[in-house]
Parts: sequence; structure tokens; C-alpha cells
Amino acid sequence: MSFLELDSVSKRFGDHVAVEDLRLSVAKGEFISLLGPSGCGKTTTLQMIAGFVDLTSGAIRLNGRDLASVRPAKRGLGIVFQSYALFPHMTAAENVAFGLEMRGVPRSERETRVRDVLAMVGLAGYEGRHPRRMSGGQQQRVALARALVIKPDVLLLDEPLSNLDAKLREGMQIELRQIQRNLGTTTVLVTHDQTEAMALSDRIVVMNAGRVEQIGTPQETYERPASAFVSQFLGKTNEFRAHVEAGSGAPRLVAGSCAWPAPAGATGTVTISVRPEKVGFAGDGASGLEARVTTRIFQGNHWLFQCETECGPAVVIRQNSGEPQPAEGEGVRLVWRAQDMVVRPGAGAP
Amino acid sequence: MTAAVAIPAPAAAARGRAPWPLLVPALALFVAVVIIPLVLTVLLSFHDWGQYKGIEPVLILKNWQEIWSDSYFHEMFARTFRIAALATLITAVFGAPEAYILNRMRAPWKGIFLLVILGPLLISVVARTLGWALLFGGQNGIVNKGLMSAGVISSPIPFMFTETGVVIALAHVMMPFMVLSVWAALQRVDPQIENAAVSLGAGPLTITRRIILPQIMPGVLSGAIIVFSLSASAFATPAIIGGRRLKVAATLAYDEFLNTLNWPLGAAVAVLLLLALVLIVVSSNALIERRYAEVFR
Repeated sequence: MSFLELDSVSKRFGDHVAVEDLRLSVAKGEFISLLGPSGCGKTTTLQMIAGFVDLTSGAIRLNGRDLASVRPAKRGLGIVFQSYALFPHMTAAENVAFGLEMRGVPRSERETRVRDVLAMVGLAGYEGRHPRRMSGGQQQRVALARALVIKPDVLLLDEPLSNLDAKLREGMQIELRQIQRNLGTTTVLVTHDQTEAMALSDRIVVMNAGRVEQIGTPQETYERPASAFVSQFLGKTNEFRAHVEAGSGAPRLVAGSCAWPAPAGATGTVTISVRPEKVGFAGDGASGLEARVTTRIFQGNHWLFQCETECGPAVVIRQNSGEPQPAEGEGVRLVWRAQDMVVRPGAGAP
Repeated sequence: MTAAVAIPAPAAAARGRAPWPLLVPALALFVAVVIIPLVLTVLLSFHDWGQYKGIEPVLILKNWQEIWSDSYFHEMFARTFRIAALATLITAVFGAPEAYILNRMRAPWKGIFLLVILGPLLISVVARTLGWALLFGGQNGIVNKGLMSAGVISSPIPFMFTETGVVIALAHVMMPFMVLSVWAALQRVDPQIENAAVSLGAGPLTITRRIILPQIMPGVLSGAIIVFSLSASAFATPAIIGGRRLKVAATLAYDEFLNTLNWPLGAAVAVLLLLALVLIVVSSNALIERRYAEVFR
């Protein structure tokens, strides 16, 4: 049973297609991320759910009810904006209380709920502060509290963490996830940051140029990317051109001096995609993709190798396990398990 | 440690003194064209004057006593500030929504209408005020003529030589200053803030009253200060629309200087106008800054 349903939603601005035939159903309590580069239609989608932008075609249903006839002010959604959009002339408590006031919640109940929600986001004692006297992280918490205090059916987050510095962002990610889990609020997050999407969401909707590329759990989209775009957008990846040889016996997948049993249905020229951390160095005598280490970078918990292979450049990430690692200029052979690579038809790699 | 600090100190001191000589040209100009004439005007207001003896360089309070005791001057100053206050009120009531609508316009229209609003500033105040005289000037005013020949009115609309006429013409002349001031305040408002209020369940009226207005109020008030001080010291518009009978401070001072040739009395009127304006502007500015400290940050 889907709680929030986007049914073939499309949006055109003149000739420009912002969102094309988006189908998505979100379960109650689920945390969904719309992930993609700028201009992919993720923010437009969020604004259509919020009601700030009209749909060109399709329908958005919340709890089985079509939202087309519901004015934005009556949708009962909590929204955290990228700029926070706090009311600068009101204190933190007044900002948070505003939504309750609009709902006619009596003063005494209002005060308790405002105090509770501010305490929940870690701002107890900040009730009387004005937003411009608060840090970015604190303003972010006020914005979150203001959206949550009205107990929204759906919480919409528009790049809420993009204005925070890296360390604060990581802390807020964990907190945001805990708060969302505790309250069980259905949440839609818009972001261009793949680590943020993976850290927070139950499922990720990867979007590109107005279309959905893939919908899946963070692991699915990372390990089994449905397209070249997804595998490149979600983390680093190595791509090699290969071809399928249908000789005597079972067809074989051949890249340079390496060969694997070909996956069913693969023919002709294909592209192999394999994540840098799945690649290892072969021991003495074992076979693998011939390569030479061009650069070796130490990054504390792991080593980063840039290699020139017989099939083009590759990146290898190895855990810093304390074992000796190949030096720059050294010849190596790269190996990976057959199940760690994704094979796609066509010569996608340059 | 001490040595390391001591070495760059002389250089820093020299650099610290360097800007002061650069102030001299501007300071000299300011003293020559503002401070000295101002001091001379203040001194002039204490001089004596007689029909046959002219100006006598003595220090007496005669002019100030005359202004203090003569109800003609009370009435004239009351009229001056009444006209300025009404013109300010009209520009605020019409200018603030105008700026808001302008700010919401799309790309080509925004620029075009900003030009329409600012365009009149390129035309002399005298020309703009004479426009009102052409429209409403007695029997021959275009609007009066048209309305009378159409039978809508039987006699010309009283506009020329009335206080209402001066207020309307002044509000028209001052409108760009108010629009610009509110426009500047609107630039600081987060464009998402209305959506934020909508998502919390606020209607258009609540948003205007509780979200937008408090944020542009500093702009409205600083616009009001500009419009009020310019209106209270305006000369051309009251002179043309108000004529010879409807005197305000600026036109009265002009008359004393150039017609009666009673310079000391004219100087006293001018100095009093200046003092009153400075007092009003400074105190209202302090009040605004205290009241809207959070919005200004």
C-alpha cells in the first residue's frame, strides 16, 4: 500500500521537459531520496509534491487522495528549504509556533509542543534567539523543528544540509536519520550528494535529465547500477571495453588478457564496470589484467592507486591493512570477482 | 617575542597615519560649501533688520521672538509638516505595494516597469509639477476642460492653490524614493519565505501582514524619512501648486530673502526648518534601528 504516489508525473516549462513520466510510490514511514545532478528535475518534483509548481500531466496522491485540488497551504506537508527560509523577525520559538498558530492550536499546547520539538532537535534554551543570531547548523535545526512540529504527513527536505560544512553535515545526517526513524515520518529528500542519499535513505531515486534512471535501495543502486549514468554518479567506477567471444563451448567475456564466462545474453562489444574497492592485486603467478601503477596516494585508512592497464586507466582502492603495497611504476595484475562486475552492452567507456 | 613585535610597529604607525592627509581635499570642500555657509546663516538669523537701515550685524533674538510669538509662522510650520506627513503617508501606502508587485514581475517587465518608475527622476521637478498645472489649472486645465464639456462637473476641480493639490503633486514627485527604498528591503527577503509560510498553512493575508510587512518595514520607514525630509524642504512644487498664498517654510524663506529682503528673518525660518528636520530624522532613525534590530542584521 503506497502512502505517497506519483503517477506518471510530467512537467514541461515551454519546450523544456523538466520531469518526464515519473512513477514512484512511497510507503508510509519510508525515507526516499531524489538524487541527481543539478537540472535533473529533482527539485521540480519536490515542488510539485509541495504544490508550488503545477503538474503538466499525471497525478500525485497522498493516502489515496489526489492532491491536485488541495491548495499548498492545506496539504499539511513539512518542508525544509535549502536556504531554511526562516522568518528573520521572529524568535526560534515564534518560527516553530507559526504553523501551530495557523492551525489554531491553543497557546498552552503550542508552548509545550514548541519546547518539546526544539529540545528534540537539540535547541533547548534557544527559544528566544533570532535566526540571524544563530549558526548555520542551528538555523537548520530550527527549520527542521518548524517543519516537524505540525506533525506533517510527509516531510520534504530540499538539499537541507548543503549549506553546512562537511563535519557538521555528517553529524546532522546521523541525527536526521534518528529523528526520522523515531517519528516514523514519511520523508522525501532532494540532494545531489550521493553519500548523503546513501547514508539517509531506505530507497534512492536516481534522476537524470528529467527521467528516472533507477529506483532501489542504496546497496542495489551502488552494487547493481542500472545504467552507466548511475554507476558513474554513485561513487567512483572503472569501466573497461570488452567483447564476447562465442567460440567452441560456452561464450567467453574477454578484456585484454583476461577472460570470464560470459553472462547470459551478452554479445558483441560490451562495457565492464567494476568499483575501485572491489579490485585487488593478483599474487605471484596468478593471471589478471596487466597494469602499471602510475600514482600511489596514501589516505590514512586506505591507499589509492592510479593504474594504466592494457584496457585503459583504472583506479584501485585498498584498505590500509598493514601489508606491503605495490610501489609507483611497479607492474601489477588487477583481479576481481566475476560477481563484482556489471556488464552492459555497447562501448560506453571511452 | 618582544623584538619581533617591536620591529614592524613603526611601519604600522606610519601606515596608520597615512589616510589622514587623504581626507584633506574632501574635508576642505565640505567645510567651504557646507559648514561655513551654515554657520553664516545661523549667525545671520541673530542679526537685526529694518526697512530703511537694512541688515545690522548685531546679536539679538528679535527674529526668533517674532517666529515664536506670531501665529502666522505657527500656521505656516504646521502646514509644512502636515503636507510632508500626508505626502509621506500616500507614498508609503501606494509605494510599498508597488515595489512588491514590481519585485514579483518576470524578467522583461521587471526592468521596463522599474524604468517607468525611475524615469520621472530624469525630468526636472518643475516640469513634472507644471504637468499637474496643465491638467488641473483652472478653466483651461485639460482634465477640467474635458470633464466640464462632458458635463461631469460644472466648475473646475479645486486643485491649484490648495493644500490637497500640493500633497498629491508632492506624493507623485517623491514616489520613486519610496519605491526604491522598499525595493532595496525586498531584495533581502528570502524568495522561499512565502512558500515556507504557505507550507505551514498561512493564507495570503496572513503572509502579507505577518511575514512580508515586518521584513520590509525598515525599507518603508527609511523611505518615509527620505520622503518626509525632502517634502518638508521642497520648494518648486509648493511654489507652483501652492502659489503665493499657501506658504510653506521653504517658499516663505525664499520670499523673505528675495522679496521682503529681510534676510535675517528668512535665515531664522531656514535654520528652524533644518533643526526640526534633523531632530525628526535622527530620532526616528534611532527608533527604527532599535525596533527592527533583528531584521537589519
